Amino acid sequence: MLIDHPLLGPRDASEFTIKGEARLLDRPNPAASDAAETFHSYLHLRENPAGLVRELWFHDEGDRSWLVVTRNTLTHEIVAVELARDVAARLRGAEV
Amino acid sequence: MTRKVVSMRYSALEILKQGLRGNLHWPRMWRTPELKPGYDVVIVGGGGHGLATAHYLAQLHGVTNVAVLEKGWIGGGNVGRNTTMIRSNYLLPGNQPFYEMSLKLWEGLEQDLNYNAMVSQRGILNLCHSDAQRDGFIRRGNAMLLSGAGAEFWEPERIRSFLPMIDFDNARFPIRGGLWQPRAGTVRHDAVAWGFARAADGAGVDIIQNCEVTGFTTEAGRCTGVETTRGPVRADKVAICVAGSSSRVMAKAGLQLPITSHALQACVTEGLKPFLPCIVTFGAGHFYVCQSDKGGLVFGGDIDGYASYAQRGGLATIEDVCEGGMAVMPAIGRARILRTWGGLVDMSMDGSPFIDRTEIPGLYFNGGWCYGGFKATPGSGFAYAHLLATDESLPEASAFRLDRFATGAVIDEKGMGAQSNLH
Repeated sequence: MLIDHPLLGPRDASEFTIKGEARLLDRPNPAASDAAETFHSYLHLRENPAGLVRELWFHDEGDRSWLVVTRNTLTHEIVAVELARDVAARLRGAEV
Repeated sequence: MTRKVVSMRYSALEILKQGLRGNLHWPRMWRTPELKPGYDVVIVGGGGHGLATAHYLAQLHGVTNVAVLEKGWIGGGNVGRNTTMIRSNYLLPGNQPFYEMSLKLWEGLEQDLNYNAMVSQRGILNLCHSDAQRDGFIRRGNAMLLSGAGAEFWEPERIRSFLPMIDFDNARFPIRGGLWQPRAGTVRHDAVAWGFARAADGAGVDIIQNCEVTGFTTEAGRCTGVETTRGPVRADKVAICVAGSSSRVMAKAGLQLPITSHALQACVTEGLKPFLPCIVTFGAGHFYVCQSDKGGLVFGGDIDGYASYAQRGGLATIEDVCEGGMAVMPAIGRARILRTWGGLVDMSMDGSPFIDRTEIPGLYFNGGWCYGGFKATPGSGFAYAHLLATDESLPEASAFRLDRFATGAVIDEKGMGAQSNLH
């Protein structure tokens, strides 16, 4: 499986480790009154869809950047690859 | 040719009688019934666990108005894709008594089902390669002894005489000993599916193949049945048992699970003369191997690491598994791989399974078996049938709660934390 790295071009998937669903970028507010519940959901519950999923991949045998890879779990086809920092910046921007 | 289904007790005499008639008159092992409008219990998923649940519901609890709904065919899922090993060599008190109960059920299974499942208790040897790992394995052996499972620690000299093909000259992964469970072994996995299906069908359970569940029906917050590709079915209790696809099915009921689905691969070589007398696992990588009764070396290792519903994996994982094999048993490099295949596994957040109610009354859940579901088949069915019939957890399975991440009572056998692809 090839990951089309936004900075480096196509890289073999074996250079990466996989963290899991990209919802982990959207960390809940630890000061909120319902933090125990939201962190339980954040840490443990997963959508685990059969189809398109957005996942965090870490290029640990490469440039050590975090990517958000949009991938089809039924076919293993990769649809989009973004730098996780860009996705996180968009998330923060949306909150402001 | 259509054959009748009659209940028949298999015996040596029957083999002789049928043989004299050219083996043309063996009856079908189970019926192909029509789906009825309603049942006491509808089991979703006709894998090993679902069929075992149906068998024990009928046999031990007298609940026979039961349907098992299977999307594909009996024996086509994980029950026919695993590497056929059974063992009870766990450490944690939430796990070990359950797996030991399951191993005891395996020991009496063929007599119980009147079906030859080729249970072969040839033993498992977990190799250790460092002093710290040796300490850890002796501790695990002590936990096994406390549960009655039996365990021995073997020094390298004993391993050398029993398994001369292991590489004792490997400087990177020296053999420091091994944890031996003599009662572990292998089973013919297809026969497990067929034996449980035949026994459940004989007790009156309807096994409905090619019937996919497409949704749940609820009334006043209670689950009252399922929608299927063959129409709706009412049920007092709906029992989900679809490990590999748990999230997909439970999403139809609006529930998210602490599970991701992954592909787990296995390989088998061409048939060889008797070579390996037991199951061997490599302790410094992820590699395990046994020799099937046909002579092929059956081996496997890690999951592929990315979420998948594709029932196939990549060659990088096969290469990694083979490297582990070559590090511990270089002779297998001379054998040619005949085929590789993949199955879907539910990887839970702590590497342990679930047998529990859900927050929806009338809806029960069994899943999260990671890569260890086959050995649990009779124990899982026994415990799930107990839960469905009595609404109380069997003591041996009482730690397999669905809410254990919220309460903190996790069963993290490998100590990896909440990262499903590391267990």
